[in-house]
Amino acid sequence: MQDLKLLANDNRGRSQLEAGFDLLGWDEVTQGSVLPSFDGDATGIANMKAEERTYSGYNSYTATVASWRVIKPVFNRDICIDCQNCWVWCPDSSILSRDKQMLGIDYDHCKGCEVCVEVCPTNPKSLLMFNEHADLEESLASWPEKKKKEKKSEEA
Amino acid sequence: MAITSIKNLKEFSTNNDRFEGAHTLCPGCAHSMIVRELMNCTDDNLVVAANTGCLEVSTAVYPFTSWDTSWIHIGFENAATAVTGAEVMHKVRKKKGRLKDNDAPVKFVAFGGDGSTFDIGFQWLSGAMERGHDFTYICLDNENYANTGGQRSSATPVGATTSTSVAGTHSYGKKEKKKDIVSIMAAHGAPYVAQLAPNKWKIMAKGFQKALETEGPCFINTVSPCCTEWKFDPKDTIGITDLSTDSLMFPIYEIIDGHELNILYRPKNVISVEEYMASQGRYKHLFKPQYRHIIEQVQKDVDAKWDLLQRREEARI
Repeated sequence: MQDLKLLANDNRGRSQLEAGFDLLGWDEVTQGSVLPSFDGDATGIANMKAEERTYSGYNSYTATVASWRVIKPVFNRDICIDCQNCWVWCPDSSILSRDKQMLGIDYDHCKGCEVCVEVCPTNPKSLLMFNEHADLEESLASWPEKKKKEKKSEEA
Repeated sequence: MAITSIKNLKEFSTNNDRFEGAHTLCPGCAHSMIVRELMNCTDDNLVVAANTGCLEVSTAVYPFTSWDTSWIHIGFENAATAVTGAEVMHKVRKKKGRLKDNDAPVKFVAFGGDGSTFDIGFQWLSGAMERGHDFTYICLDNENYANTGGQRSSATPVGATTSTSVAGTHSYGKKEKKKDIVSIMAAHGAPYVAQLAPNKWKIMAKGFQKALETEGPCFINTVSPCCTEWKFDPKDTIGITDLSTDSLMFPIYEIIDGHELNILYRPKNVISVEEYMASQGRYKHLFKPQYRHIIEQVQKDVDAKWDLLQRREEARI
């Protein structure tokens, strides 16, 4: 499920080291320095999907914060209704949505804050938190059953 | 202006993010929700400036930038000044025909925290509003200097404990009332001033689009719950925002041309300020018997403010 070919760089966080990126030290950077977000022309970026863009090594899209996380959200496609609540409230832009469909989670940018799980309206939730090292298949197998609504007693 | 559809969330979600992940804001921070929403509600080119604060230090950690737009940072106080300078330059170059694409619409946006808006950058912001440039200033109000360790700012509400207004046996936290920045900005005669919250995404996106469309200086104050300094669980960010708008601690309203006030969200069930305060660790001490009267005092202030807003909406003043 997480095998999504949507990510522009598959070696996030390592691209600069491998390319022999020479970073200037703090005392070498001059005033008015510019970090380009993209390689080449950046016209019309607003209408380009992430996989169509040419991110430069300076863009934080090519970096990772996966090490911040101790629990991770797991996405269950079978229950999701594509309401996109998680997309609009994800603080780390790590919900991957294309053509009104929720596809998965960008685990390189997710910090495990659990906001997406809180705002998920389905029953049971289609996003749940599991241990960072939990197996995807096992997590999906242990998904909780639908909870029945508690009926109000007639006397009350 | 190329505005994007905000008819429903599904259509809104077809936008392509221009604010990238892997910034170093805390997990569950509302800053990035607000910034993402602004960047998604338009397709126009944006020129963004940011005051020093959580947003600035976390989205531009050398060698990375999280912004897919032009972005500039100068000092703690002068995002408003920097972005208005850029706006004037753009206007002049457009007049002389020196731009690469002379017709491409460009919007100018400045972001500031509450510290740099209410206190440090107040004079700069006021000047920029008075000069009447075409820009939008967005204040991410988390009610303290969260970036430097949670000191009190003039946005901190009565009774909150911060690292420089510590609650204890002799103090109930901050004693002074919060500055009413929205009214101050409306008094500048700004064409659009609003207070918005990220939990009501549609109202917020509409407000942002209106501010970007409006010519002239616009000011928007947004509620940005801070899980680190307000002391709540990161997953509750949206829940706390719900409580803040439903308890009317943060009423959602807009003021057009300095006099036409519209309330944009009326909670169906107004909850008590006590419930809002109980959800956060920074108000924990107020539930001791000797400080209970502070909660009642805040409730009175909130009710009076809500009454005033409703009267102003009715009377159009």
